[in-house]
Amino acid sequence: MTPLLEIGQLNISFPGHEAVRAFDLSVRASETLALVGESGCGKSVTALSLMRLLPPSARVDGTLLFEGVDLLALPLSRMRDLRGRAISMIFQEPMTSLNPVLSIGHQLEEVLRRHEGLSARAARNRAVELLDLVKIPEPARRVGDFAHNLSGGQRQRVMIAMAVACRPRLLIADEPTTALDVTIQAQILELLDTLRREFSMSLLLITHDLGLVGQWADRVAVMYAGRKVEEAPTQRLFEHPAHPYSRGLLGASLHIEQDLHYRSTRLPEIRHETGEDGEATFRLSEASPQRIPSPPVSVTPILSLRDIRTHYPTPRGKLAAVDGVSLDIRHGQTIGLVGESGCGKSTLSKTILRLLEPSEGSILLDGRDITHLAETQLRPLRRKVQMIFQDPFASLNPRHSVETILDSVLRVHGLPWAERRARVIEAIDRVGLARQSLARYPHEFSGGQRQRIGIARALILKPSLVICDEPVSALDVSIQAQILNLLVDLKRDFGLSYLFISHDLSVVRYIADEVFVMHDGKFVEHGDRRRIWESPRHEYTRTLIQAVPARKAPAPSLDQVAA
Amino acid sequence: MASSPLLPTLPLPGQTPPQRSPFGRFSPQIRAFLRNPAGVAGASLLLLMLLMACAASLFYPGDPLDMVAQPLLRPGQDAHFPLGTDSLGRDVAAGLVHGSRVSLLIGFSAVSISLVIGTLIGTLAGYFGGRLDDLLVHVTELFQTMPTFLFVIVLVTIGQPSVPLISLSIGIASWPTIARLARAEFRSLRESDFVMAARSLGYSSTRIIFHEILPNALPPIIVTTSVMVATAILNESALSFLGLGDPNRVSWGSMIGAGREMLRTAWYLTAFPGAMIVAAVLSLNLVGDALNDALNPRLRNTP
Repeated sequence: MTPLLEIGQLNISFPGHEAVRAFDLSVRASETLALVGESGCGKSVTALSLMRLLPPSARVDGTLLFEGVDLLALPLSRMRDLRGRAISMIFQEPMTSLNPVLSIGHQLEEVLRRHEGLSARAARNRAVELLDLVKIPEPARRVGDFAHNLSGGQRQRVMIAMAVACRPRLLIADEPTTALDVTIQAQILELLDTLRREFSMSLLLITHDLGLVGQWADRVAVMYAGRKVEEAPTQRLFEHPAHPYSRGLLGASLHIEQDLHYRSTRLPEIRHETGEDGEATFRLSEASPQRIPSPPVSVTPILSLRDIRTHYPTPRGKLAAVDGVSLDIRHGQTIGLVGESGCGKSTLSKTILRLLEPSEGSILLDGRDITHLAETQLRPLRRKVQMIFQDPFASLNPRHSVETILDSVLRVHGLPWAERRARVIEAIDRVGLARQSLARYPHEFSGGQRQRIGIARALILKPSLVICDEPVSALDVSIQAQILNLLVDLKRDFGLSYLFISHDLSVVRYIADEVFVMHDGKFVEHGDRRRIWESPRHEYTRTLIQAVPARKAPAPSLDQVAA
Repeated sequence: MASSPLLPTLPLPGQTPPQRSPFGRFSPQIRAFLRNPAGVAGASLLLLMLLMACAASLFYPGDPLDMVAQPLLRPGQDAHFPLGTDSLGRDVAAGLVHGSRVSLLIGFSAVSISLVIGTLIGTLAGYFGGRLDDLLVHVTELFQTMPTFLFVIVLVTIGQPSVPLISLSIGIASWPTIARLARAEFRSLRESDFVMAARSLGYSSTRIIFHEILPNALPPIIVTTSVMVATAILNESALSFLGLGDPNRVSWGSMIGAGREMLRTAWYLTAFPGAMIVAAVLSLNLVGDALNDALNPRLRNTP
């Protein structure tokens, strides 16, 4: 049987940069093929080239045979007919993929009228059917809604409805669930899988998340630095990864079913390097045992929250984003805080830092009540509690060099010049960046390096508690492992305590000693790390754990580690 | 003018890394500016004009409003008066050189005034928000509803037309543009993560405003400022053209106003001062664009 899509010797280059090199891949009819790789490996560029949507500066050669027709040789007008009808695509960001000034019904109808030539009324009826198909509740009423009326998950459903409106033979999903919560993620993938079977279309799933691949894909192709390094059925890839990079990727990606914990195991890493010939290469390090003793149960916690409530003013009155929350963090402890977006976890971290005023309750730092301290009195205490932010691109001032960023922290806290210089160098060494980085600006660094700068900034005041607000969510799998290892090293060397906030249960399972589950502004469950994963008591905790995609088979190297 | 808030962003003395660039002694901002040919051309032209304004009395001692020769000499007709004379026998070249003083002085001082008022009000409104924001926005709107030029005329006619009064009037009439821009930038930047980080590190509001937010808010303000200097020069010209300028000082605008009646017979009386205004405005725009690129680390492409 001839494959639906056959990519042969595809090369894509941009001025001064080769994005994809000698790439071969074939997608069979009605299968799910996952294209896996880290950011910058060329997977999204490949997807865009299938739609002929690359910017004009890109040079593409090779063959892209779709049902025997070479897409690259097609005139643009014929290509437009194929787009959306035979091949469709959904994107990562449901927030920006919909036009905010047109109703969702209108946008759906546009696709139908363009490709199917339906009348206005027929298009409207079909739009309602499609919304029903993607399980939007009350489709007849919602068809007139605008993007801002919908939640993130619903927007992605509408995007899927638009993509499948003309029953395409191939659906390309570029990181379709990365911006969504775990529970929503599971629903969207299930929907995609159902639609794939119903319409017998093929699904090209582009992702960095190996967890998804394990549950949903039939076959996997792994990409590294513009090349395909391995292609195998999912089961085989997970059991016997042939290429070292696939092995590294599997080792570095955490999974909820693994019993890995930072107090006993160091995560395996993939270190990216540039070889002498300018080629990107990598080095693997295996998981290794390490011992970080549990802290003694000291009497006074560093931080205590007592019945904290934080309200936001909204047009419809005050809304409690944090609703009666109590928590103790002891020296040397790592508290994991799990919850989905909008549950109030970021509001809580801002309240602890007194960037937001709590409306009720008290915050005690080293036994001292800081709930109502004025900013001037608070300033000397600020050095004890620091924060690492989620988005390393937004949390560094783009106009300052790394040196200025780090130095002004010390200057604000009144350190003399000579000592400042030494502390800056110590901090940059400690997070594993070269000293030359000091003169450079944030945009010159990769995501992982920027996060290291953010960590250096948080550590430079020698705090005792660091609040990590989704510190690895924006990073690639291999970088995630590096940053987690770094955080563990720093904890061991400086005796830090962490409040680690994340929506990613596998990360929290690795890093936390004690876990709090947050839902609708409240802690619904908390407990020791073993207890909470093995016997969750609350309904919501169980939902969260079940939503994590199951792996078809665990990676062998990790079995050895756990044993 | 715009450079004062940037000083804190310069690297600390003695910390500048060794550079192999020919402009190695300067900060990266200045080096980037010097690598931009358009910016250098604009800056040179502007510098030349400023020099001309400062040294006007050296080249043409005495009052440029004195009658020195027979009227309406055409350019090149008399070697002593290379650009000719006007209907009253005044030297056009002397007028251009002396006129640059008033035009440039008013251009820069008026914009400095609106920059100070506008940035201050926009910053306070955007950063602190709430009631202060409401109040300041209303004040800004109040000023904005008045047509700028009409407002300038009203202000100028209240007192005796003089260079400081004209600058002040133009400054007062044009700050809302800057204020609105600054407010919009501050409103979006104050919610950004790096400002959150600065607050959690215990930075004071003053430091956050000047050190963290202002450098990021500057690009649109700088571009607008260079256009506003040009507008201020043109406004002064328009005032002089209407006979509302300082009667004792010559400016490019007043020369155009005086030459207007003889546009068909003696075109050069309007064309030369007009060309000066065009050159000044052009050089300012070039400098503004180059500054904008030089201050942005992303566009600076340090070698």
